Amino acid sequence: MNITSPISAQVIEKLTAGTSVLISGVIYTVRDVAHYRFIQALDKGAKLPFELEGQTIYYMGPSPAPPGKVIGAAGPTTSRRMDAYTPRLLAAGVKAMIGKGSRSAEVKEAIKKYKAVYLAAAGGAGALLASAIKEAEVIAYEELGPEAVMRLTVENFPAVVANDIHGGDLFERGRAEYKKD
Amino acid sequence: MKEIEASAITRAVAKLCQDSNFSLGEDVLAALKKAHQTEQSPLGREFLSQIIENARIAREENLPLCQDCGTAVIFLDIGQDVHISGGDLNKAVEKGVRRGYEQGYLRKAMVKQPFSERINTKDNTPAVIHTEIVPGDRLKISVLPKGAGAENMSRLGMLLPNDGQQGIIELVLKTVEEAGGNACPPLIIGLGIGGTGEKAMLMAKKALLRRVGEPNPDPEIARLEQEVLTRVNALGVGPMGFGGTVTALAVHAEVSPAHIGSLPVAVNLQCHSARHKEVML
Repeated sequence: MNITSPISAQVIEKLTAGTSVLISGVIYTVRDVAHYRFIQALDKGAKLPFELEGQTIYYMGPSPAPPGKVIGAAGPTTSRRMDAYTPRLLAAGVKAMIGKGSRSAEVKEAIKKYKAVYLAAAGGAGALLASAIKEAEVIAYEELGPEAVMRLTVENFPAVVANDIHGGDLFERGRAEYKKD
Repeated sequence: MKEIEASAITRAVAKLCQDSNFSLGEDVLAALKKAHQTEQSPLGREFLSQIIENARIAREENLPLCQDCGTAVIFLDIGQDVHISGGDLNKAVEKGVRRGYEQGYLRKAMVKQPFSERINTKDNTPAVIHTEIVPGDRLKISVLPKGAGAENMSRLGMLLPNDGQQGIIELVLKTVEEAGGNACPPLIIGLGIGGTGEKAMLMAKKALLRRVGEPNPDPEIARLEQEVLTRVNALGVGPMGFGGTVTALAVHAEVSPAHIGSLPVAVNLQCHSARHKEVML
């Protein structure tokens, strides 16, 4: 299924766990330290590096861009490190997250409550995923190096719906389906 | 006695850091292709295709296989008849890591004072260096860049002596199940059994250097490896944790005698991006 980011509420409604998607449009990289800073900014009522409403965030810190490349290797990092901050960001308007690995019960509840979606991309496929990134620009926290916040323009970025608004969970369902006793 | 120049060690380490990050071993690639044939989950096969395609792009474009270019774990097997001249061995290795990561546009991941300030050292040093003195007059250097996703899921179990084979299997199953998609399966599972706590951990890591799926020469240990592999693949975790029949590509166990009161068992998980390269000087 081809989807455009920011992802509309109508499209999010249709995304169910296990559906493969190709994402095109704009996404933002936000990792551990940036999550912490976003929460601090929200607490103070300060301005964030970008307007969160409706946006897609990607848990990713790239390797340096070699000459002639838009970005270095750019695969997802482990999502559960962001779990503690995620419900707050979803409450503030974030609608989609891209990462790897499963999420906490609190995050899954927040996904249902705020009608968001969690997409999983191939961990360890940094070179392949970099080829789907057409533009990359650091927009905040440059001093954090690979953890800086970047605005990415992607074309046909491959992922799969892992957690949907209906409570579907690809990790749980997939494991149950193939587990042998 | 053989003289080896420190500068030759620096050059070798720099090259190995880059080669290992750009180019997946043929044995790993063959194991992934076989997994693609046997995996029963269509989604699992789809993601295995992405991993295989990723290896092609990385090799052709000199891009890192994974943005996590790892902690540089370096094994030095130093022949007792080798003399290193022209500089300090450890400094020569660190210089090689610095050069390899800088010139290869590899991500620098090491932070100082990991429990507080966590300031990036900006050159991926220090490396984690394991040296062993061996017979002969050669120096073998192995570089294994280890990503955090899989390393974070490592476990050490100080089992009771009577826990035996069953206890080992249960520890591995628990470790792999808890790791789920975080460790980027399909995995290669390094097992260190026996010795002391730190020796078991080191054996588990070193077992990852073996060619994928090559059994331990001891038939009893090889049978244990097979049993653990079968049980792990019955968990259903699958590629990326999305469910499937290939959760691990191989189990490599190293075993050492242990104290009458101990059964240390270390589990070191290697993600599918099983990067390592060796050279003999």
